[in-house]
Amino acid sequence: MSKGLPETRTDAAMSELVPEPRPKPVVPMKPVSINANLLGYIGIDTIIEQMRKKTMKTGFDFNIMVVGQSGLGKSTLVNTLFKSQVSRKSSSWNREEKIPKTVEIKAVGHVIEEGGVKMKLTVIDTPGFGDQINNENCWEPIEKYINEQYEKFLKEEVNIARKKRIPDTRVHCCLYFISPTGHSLRPLDLEFMKHLSKVVNIIPVIAKADTMTLEEKSEFKQRVRKELEVHGIEFYPQKEFDEDLEDKTENDKIRQESMPFAVVGSDKEYQVNGKRVLGRKTPWGIIEVENLHHCEFALLRDFVIRTHLQDLKEVTHNIHYETYRAKRLNDNGGLPPVSVDTEGSHDSNP
Amino acid sequence: MAATDIARQVGEDCRTLPLAGHVGFDSLPDQLVNKSVSQGFCFNIMCVGETGLGKSTLMDTLFNTKFEGEPATHTQPGVQLRSNTYDLQESHVGLKLTIVSTVGFGDQINKEDSYKPIVEFLDAQFEAYLQEELKIRRVLHTYHDSRIHVCLYFIAPTGHSLKSLDLMTMKKLDSKVNIIPIIAKSDAISKSELTKFKIKITSELVSNGVQIYQFPTDDESVAEINGTMNAHLPFAVVGSTEELKIGNKMMRARQYPWGTVQVENEAHCDFVKLREMLLRVNMEDLREQTHSRHYELYRRCKLEEMGFKDTDPDSKPFSLQETYEAKRNEFLGELQKKEEEMRQMFVQRVKEKEAELKEAEKELHEKFDRLKKLHQDEKKKLEDKKKSLDDEVNAFKQRKSAAELLQSQGSQAGGSQTLKRDKEKKNLGFL
Repeated sequence: MSKGLPETRTDAAMSELVPEPRPKPVVPMKPVSINANLLGYIGIDTIIEQMRKKTMKTGFDFNIMVVGQSGLGKSTLVNTLFKSQVSRKSSSWNREEKIPKTVEIKAVGHVIEEGGVKMKLTVIDTPGFGDQINNENCWEPIEKYINEQYEKFLKEEVNIARKKRIPDTRVHCCLYFISPTGHSLRPLDLEFMKHLSKVVNIIPVIAKADTMTLEEKSEFKQRVRKELEVHGIEFYPQKEFDEDLEDKTENDKIRQESMPFAVVGSDKEYQVNGKRVLGRKTPWGIIEVENLHHCEFALLRDFVIRTHLQDLKEVTHNIHYETYRAKRLNDNGGLPPVSVDTEGSHDSNP
Repeated sequence: MAATDIARQVGEDCRTLPLAGHVGFDSLPDQLVNKSVSQGFCFNIMCVGETGLGKSTLMDTLFNTKFEGEPATHTQPGVQLRSNTYDLQESHVGLKLTIVSTVGFGDQINKEDSYKPIVEFLDAQFEAYLQEELKIRRVLHTYHDSRIHVCLYFIAPTGHSLKSLDLMTMKKLDSKVNIIPIIAKSDAISKSELTKFKIKITSELVSNGVQIYQFPTDDESVAEINGTMNAHLPFAVVGSTEELKIGNKMMRARQYPWGTVQVENEAHCDFVKLREMLLRVNMEDLREQTHSRHYELYRRCKLEEMGFKDTDPDSKPFSLQETYEAKRNEFLGELQKKEEEMRQMFVQRVKEKEAELKEAEKELHEKFDRLKKLHQDEKKKLEDKKKSLDDEVNAFKQRKSAAELLQSQGSQAGGSQTLKRDKEKKNLGFL
């Protein structure tokens, strides 16, 4: 007679319940690199030329946002940066027009070309920021606009049949204009930068720097830097995204010495020492915009356009956009309705 | 809280602005390129062709170096893919080159399934990229792209036409990867036969609707050269890693008794053209085509298969979000159902086992009872025996005492009679 049940029967039975795991696809996981010595010229480095030609054909997009109280010279500065009439200045507004009661967002696009490189430049202006009596939450429309651009890009990306080149309207860079009081940052400035430094690259700029002397300027800059550090506001270039030592040393220099840039903008030309320069004419002299002794406009221009433009776009795409995307996909619609169409009516998942 | 006004004028109606001076964004391509150079490039080539057509040799010749690997035998049971990655460096450009070659292609007797491992491999690369793209936390900009950018298809130099295996395989692969057909070991064909062969191959490909990679002709700087090259397809190549002294230079060549075939001589074979097209002119375009055409096609099919749609039957734009949620709920429901099923089965099995165990227990009890009874019976028997033995012992004792009494009485009366009687009594006693 049997003393007990044979074990094998139950084992076989149990394995029917647990399905076999699907075999993983054959993918070469971590490739083992073998350093191969070249015995002659192959031509791999021509890929640089190929890439360059391709990018020149497709062109670039760049979206820059300027934020600051009215009268700080935002539009003038943008015009000076891109050497063309990119934004309409507020001084050309009709005096009878009402000051906007709310923060408006105006985006104007232009196509500029230089040296065979075509760039679609979009300047996003925010008239009305900080101009009301009660300025509470006036950064919210701006934050909403920025998130809307991310949302648009995400929707395009997530499409089944998507375009070859998704139009990029995300804000790559936000120039924040600090009023040159000479004391310290205003609470509004701090609040704005605190909220927005997490979603967009902020570059703080001291506007109308010709109202300060050199000592006042350096003291002010130091105080601003310290305040930003105390409040934990990471402006572009962010410390945490420095990729290698080279970047780190370069960016450290910029972060600790030059930023925030004290700039003067102008689109009028004057004759100085036989050269035509952009400047501002005052009874006591001509302030040259591109002269490094007078103001730091040239530094800002080189920084934004000549060296870090691509990096601004990449940080926006790889970091800010990815953060937005991760949050969005995780929350399953838990964010307040941001999109243009009726997507806000999502029931949040348990 | 104040409401927001958003006025937008961006879009197709942008105007072109003249610049009043040098701004400096013409360094943009350089910025982009520098970033790419620091990250390094990656390029993945797949070589498909029968064993012994010179695939590894051609790779060695193309990249001027000796990649490792022994030649494969003809006795492979099925088609397998062997992939190796190499880090190449030229001036300051680093290239991560992956070479995948088929092992055992065309060696089997039944070749119906030969193309399947290749197609599966290509799909697996696309799948891996798609998975990474769909992740919530993804690191696409540091992702090692393992998708195959170009497939060099090696055609055997029969001189007549394409084999049916070739046609079938190329047809299966043309929508998944850029195919560049190559006539291998072309020093086996004479010039006139070669032109006829090429024409035959191209016409067969066209008539069977196989889409091979066409070099792009939309960029003026390369349009001309690409156009002429398109006419030379498929390239007839010869590969060699041996260097021979020809004239006063060392060149790669193959030496025959009747002459020497120089690899880099354009009159001898199309190797130089292949190298130009593959590496020096169109590498970037190949990568882009793979991403924008083949990968997008795969992605579209895969997502549609999974049930996502772009528009509703009512042609309202479906959001991926909603579909995700619907799918997720469906999936969770199924999961729950499966869990329930499993639980039921488990409970059932447990019950069965319990019943069986109870049975066994009962049997054991019964057995125990039986044994106990047996034991008791035996015990009783033994006790009975013991009792009877005791009785006998008692009886004997009584007789013994009676006999002794009689003996003591009889010894006084007459000795021998009592002895006789004693003897008799003793005999009686021992009965």
